[in-house]
Amino acid sequence: MSAISELSHLKVSKARTPEEKAARRKENSRDNKAGYLFLLPWLVGLVVITIGPMIASLYLSFTDYSLIQAPQWSGVDNYVRMLEDDRLHNSLRVTFVYVFVSVPLQLVVALAIALLLNEGMKGLSFYRSIFYLPSMLGGSVAIALLWRQLFGTDGLVNQVLRLLGVDATIGWIADPGYALWTIILLHVWTFGSPMVIFLAGLRQIPSMYYEAASVDGASRWSRFVKITLPLLSPIIFFNLVLQVIGAFQSFTQAFVVSNGTGGPSDSTMFYTLYLYLRGFGQFQMGYAAAMAWLLVVIVGALTAVNFLLSKYWVFYDD
Amino acid sequence: MTDLQTRSATAAPEASPAREPESRPVAARRARSVVKHLLLIAASLLMIYPLLWLLVSSFRPTDVIFRTPGLWLNDLFTENYTGGWYALGSPFSHYLVNSLLVVVGAVVGNLVSCSLAAYAFARLKFRLRTLWFSIMLVTIMLPIHVVVVPQYIIFNLLGWVNTFIPLVLPKFLATDAFFVFLMVQFIRGIPRELDEAARIDGCGHWRIFTRVMLPLMGPALATSAIFTIIWTWSDFFTPLIYLTDPEKYTVPLALRSFLDATSGSNWGAMFAMSIVSLVPLFLVFLFGQRFLIRGIATTGIK
Repeated sequence: MSAISELSHLKVSKARTPEEKAARRKENSRDNKAGYLFLLPWLVGLVVITIGPMIASLYLSFTDYSLIQAPQWSGVDNYVRMLEDDRLHNSLRVTFVYVFVSVPLQLVVALAIALLLNEGMKGLSFYRSIFYLPSMLGGSVAIALLWRQLFGTDGLVNQVLRLLGVDATIGWIADPGYALWTIILLHVWTFGSPMVIFLAGLRQIPSMYYEAASVDGASRWSRFVKITLPLLSPIIFFNLVLQVIGAFQSFTQAFVVSNGTGGPSDSTMFYTLYLYLRGFGQFQMGYAAAMAWLLVVIVGALTAVNFLLSKYWVFYDD
Repeated sequence: MTDLQTRSATAAPEASPAREPESRPVAARRARSVVKHLLLIAASLLMIYPLLWLLVSSFRPTDVIFRTPGLWLNDLFTENYTGGWYALGSPFSHYLVNSLLVVVGAVVGNLVSCSLAAYAFARLKFRLRTLWFSIMLVTIMLPIHVVVVPQYIIFNLLGWVNTFIPLVLPKFLATDAFFVFLMVQFIRGIPRELDEAARIDGCGHWRIFTRVMLPLMGPALATSAIFTIIWTWSDFFTPLIYLTDPEKYTVPLALRSFLDATSGSNWGAMFAMSIVSLVPLFLVFLFGQRFLIRGIATTGIK
């Protein structure tokens, strides 16, 4: 079961008879101390590394802070400035395009390949390895550097295009119209991990469903639409939620491909990259904190929308 | 288990039952299969080609890299490696050692702290467990950017910027909650009779954890270790923030600094060191694939 279904299925413990309750309480008190002792590192981390800094960053978002002087309370100034910050609006647009194009595209490719591989064919583990490898390496700086070369003016892509007779002189990375698309392509290239999740999910579908449908003369397509998709929908949903959250925080590829500038013409200025430049380039910590909170709100809202919409298309067998 | 059962059990994940209608002619089915394999081979080649080309190109002079799309290597040009190794402030081995230190710290930290928390969540009953558990699940999805600014401020005040502490310490506090979840899932699959037997024998929780649970958790620990290695080795954002002294650079930062260094256009050297940086990941992939695939399939880690 995934983290997400786990969250939506958290159960309230059932009412019990008084004797049972008393017995449980006794048991509980025995475990209580041990439980918290085992949990101690995590609890300390939660307070010191996660919740504490979250509250601190909420406070900082209402201040002016450059690390040199103490934070100066500035009310909602940061948020007002964000409303007027064109570069920020642009970074939101870039990030939204990235998320809404690359995530569905990657999932569709992952699902298509998983379906192909699932039809009981030879060499499954070989193909799976090959397709998975890019997912493992895709987040590294080495691959981002490679991408700079591949999509440069004399890069591999143009070399191949020239071999095919196309007069390719465009520098994909240097062209504001294409730079973002090279990063989207990089994301799609790493479809291996959702593919592995889909493959595992496809295995769970009982083959008798397909057999019954075949007997009834259902076509390949209708078997896919009526059986595979509904039964796989919780897994598609799970992938979708996690990929959206992850894609919103993409940083390394845009940073390396644009060499830390978000260029050309801010066309690869991802939201997190802009946040980094504001916070750690210009040391406007208050502004960066406000941006971080907007990020949390956006990611939270998107996840909530995903959950709301899931009612209409995600099918739970149980 | 009989031999037949063993065989079918191990073969099961590889071959799902045929779903083709019986009536379909054999020839047509075979043709379909051939087409499918051709498609998949083409797709595999397309996927893997940039990586192969990177490897081959790392043995070519830079000017040849920019006009040779093929994979054929006429002669082995190793100067990229010897030159690239010394192209930055320190020999590349220095950055490899830095990365290795961080990775080892992160792996130890994650394994220790996450397994402790997972044992508590999966086996112990304590007050507010459900609440803590759901908070843990939510932190998996929390963007790190919302905590990174104050974290930086704290670590800066403590004088820990330009040390590896900010990269390693959080791992000892189970902040990679994904692994807590992965291990909880795994422990839930271990029969309770085992720890109850140990309890009856008079073992406390600590002994049950160290003597019964940990030895049984091998696969979950391996999966967590492998993912920690991959993520920490490739991590760029955290070192970028905390490590500004080139002496302290980890491999990703060192690689990126090729873009700024005088050797900015020395693609050959950059390719060679890229390959060097990918070798550990590739080895992990080769030897840990089993755990990787299982880990992804059961928890949906990306």
